[in-house]
Amino acid sequence: MNALDVDRLSIQFHTDRGVLQAVDRVSFSVAAGRTLAIVGESGCGKSATALAILGLLADNAEVLGGIRLAGAPLTPEAQRSARGRELAMIFQEPMTSLNPAFTVGEQVAEALRLHEGLSPRDAMARAIAMLERVRIPDAARRAKQYAHQLSGGMRQRVMIAIALACKPKLLIADEPTTALDVTVQAQILALLDELKRETGTAVVLITHDLGVVQDHADDVVVMYAGRVAEKASAAKLFAMPQHPYTIGLLGAAPRLDSKRARLASIEGTVPDLRNPPPGCRFAPRCPFAIAACEITPPLVELAPGHFAACIRAPLDVVLAA
Amino acid sequence: MWLFLLRRLGQVIPTLLILSVMVFALQQLMPGDPALILAGEERGDPVVLAQIRAELLLDRPLAEQYLSWIWRVLHGDFGFSWRIHMPVGDLILTKLPVTFQLALMSFVIGVLIGVPCGVLSAVWRDRPIDWVINGIALFGISMPNFWLGIMMILFFSVDLGWLPPSGYVPLWEDPWMSLQTTIMPAFVLGTGVASVLMRHTRAAMLGALSQDYVRTARAKGLGERLVVGKHALRNALIPVVTLGTIEFGRLMAGAVLTEQIFSIPGFGKLVVDAVFNRDYPVVQGVVLATALIFVMLSLVADMLYMAINPRLRTA
Ligand SMILES: Nc1ncnc2c1ncn2[C@@H]1O[C@H](COP(=O)(O)OP(=O)(O)OP(=O)(O)O)[C@@H](O)[C@H]1O
Ligand code: SF4
Ligand SMILES: [Mg+2]
Repeated sequence: MNALDVDRLSIQFHTDRGVLQAVDRVSFSVAAGRTLAIVGESGCGKSATALAILGLLADNAEVLGGIRLAGAPLTPEAQRSARGRELAMIFQEPMTSLNPAFTVGEQVAEALRLHEGLSPRDAMARAIAMLERVRIPDAARRAKQYAHQLSGGMRQRVMIAIALACKPKLLIADEPTTALDVTVQAQILALLDELKRETGTAVVLITHDLGVVQDHADDVVVMYAGRVAEKASAAKLFAMPQHPYTIGLLGAAPRLDSKRARLASIEGTVPDLRNPPPGCRFAPRCPFAIAACEITPPLVELAPGHFAACIRAPLDVVLAA
Repeated sequence: MWLFLLRRLGQVIPTLLILSVMVFALQQLMPGDPALILAGEERGDPVVLAQIRAELLLDRPLAEQYLSWIWRVLHGDFGFSWRIHMPVGDLILTKLPVTFQLALMSFVIGVLIGVPCGVLSAVWRDRPIDWVINGIALFGISMPNFWLGIMMILFFSVDLGWLPPSGYVPLWEDPWMSLQTTIMPAFVLGTGVASVLMRHTRAAMLGALSQDYVRTARAKGLGERLVVGKHALRNALIPVVTLGTIEFGRLMAGAVLTEQIFSIPGFGKLVVDAVFNRDYPVVQGVVLATALIFVMLSLVADMLYMAINPRLRTA
């Protein structure tokens, strides 16, 4: 059984300037102990997908589709009771995600008190142990400090400690290292891998960085403008990318081994999600576009476990012709 | 932190100096010759007038008058009220507890109404409850205190006969009666404070609720009550506490009209009576004491701000 199943998830935001379809029928699954990466340009709906799983989207969001945690449907009530227990999340912004008015120790201990019913004293002892576990040196002293006294990397470690305090079945890490500098990035990702191995939790890793995907993910979902463009194991995706968007991303990241690869330069810009182009949303930027691309391409399984939403896939056939 | 406090104390001294000059100037600007008033029946006799002037140093240069006044003030001598035949210092000390009691009660009422309403209207932003609370707050700010005071007297004292319409009984003489005589003026003053605090609390809560750490608290699995009442409120209260202290200072500075309407013998009434009677030493003393209280409270506000704001405390 999978730790997480997302089944045709759609998210609409109702705004003053009309309805914005941020996520459109996105499906994926993550097994326990595995890492699924969600990749895509800014605004393609990665964070919205993550927040929908936790039930933490803004009030103007409307969510359709099914989400199951360890097989059980995640209704809003189920989400409420699963948050912080089976379901945990680390956010994109370590600098602002901790409460400035409480010590970091209190913030880790709070989760333990709530979910494990520990006394304040026991919870604090466990919180210090958690801080040690995420490799915060001098944890007992750090626990008494406030977020502003810690570096960005330290704060993200505290966030990880909070997220892992109650041994979640699923951990969502939304660009956990984007705001950190390179050496710290590597440390945090290594820590996440290590904790995943120890606890067997499933991880959804959201990132911009294809280098990160290659080093840390088992499976990959490539999103474009709210839809899944391609979905495969990391090995297959890097060996035989099938969607023109994925190929563009990989092309834009030529030195994958240098681990500095980032999604950057595909010609053109992301479409306006209030008014998306008909058919394939990538068509305005796609070098392979043909007239038939005006019909929305279905997500087709090209090889076992390898899906792409492109009518011209498999592209190796096209390229060979 | 201590450095900051020392600096702040350093700023207070020039403030107080400027203040004392202003209070002194106030006395000079007031119409009427105090010597004439004090002379009473004998105001036609130039010898008596000269004697009084000499006694009050009114015939000396202004600078000398000022210095001797400051000197006396620094030694706790605020002058003598010839009208009431009491040293001004003692007079202020007898009125201080009255004003303090009224201010404290008003403040408690203001906080108890203003802060929860601010939180509620922020949580239910743009919903009916928010409109209602904002409407009442607008009403509370724009409604003159004397009008509300008179309405309350008419309703609770005249119509219902529940509360005495005016007067004051000290707390230590008859606590229950004391509460009865002060509850209406405290409510009148408290609604004003509540309106101000409500608006500040609402703004601060709206700011706090949109912060990332609130999302973290929800992701941790905390219920809305803890998310709002602990994580957001703790941060929102930091600016509100400072503002609250200043509001308390305003209350201590006297509520002239409200004290007048309810015949509460506090600072407000003291200073009004003194002004009408040209009892300059009293006016001076009260203004100076009020200003001192205000300056002290703004120091307290700064200290509180430091104490509850970890970012400053541990900087
Ligand atoms: N509350 C909201 N109201 C309206 N639009 C929203 C809201 N939240 C997100 N959006 C829009 O939904 C789209 C998807 O946003 P999302 O935050 O999921 O992007 P993302 O893929 O996480 O991007 P990034 O890499 O920049 O974090 C964006 O166009 C964004 O502007
Ligand atoms: S469907 Fe057409 S436009 Fe879309 S990616 Fe494939 S070739 Fe390009
Ligand atoms: Mg995002």
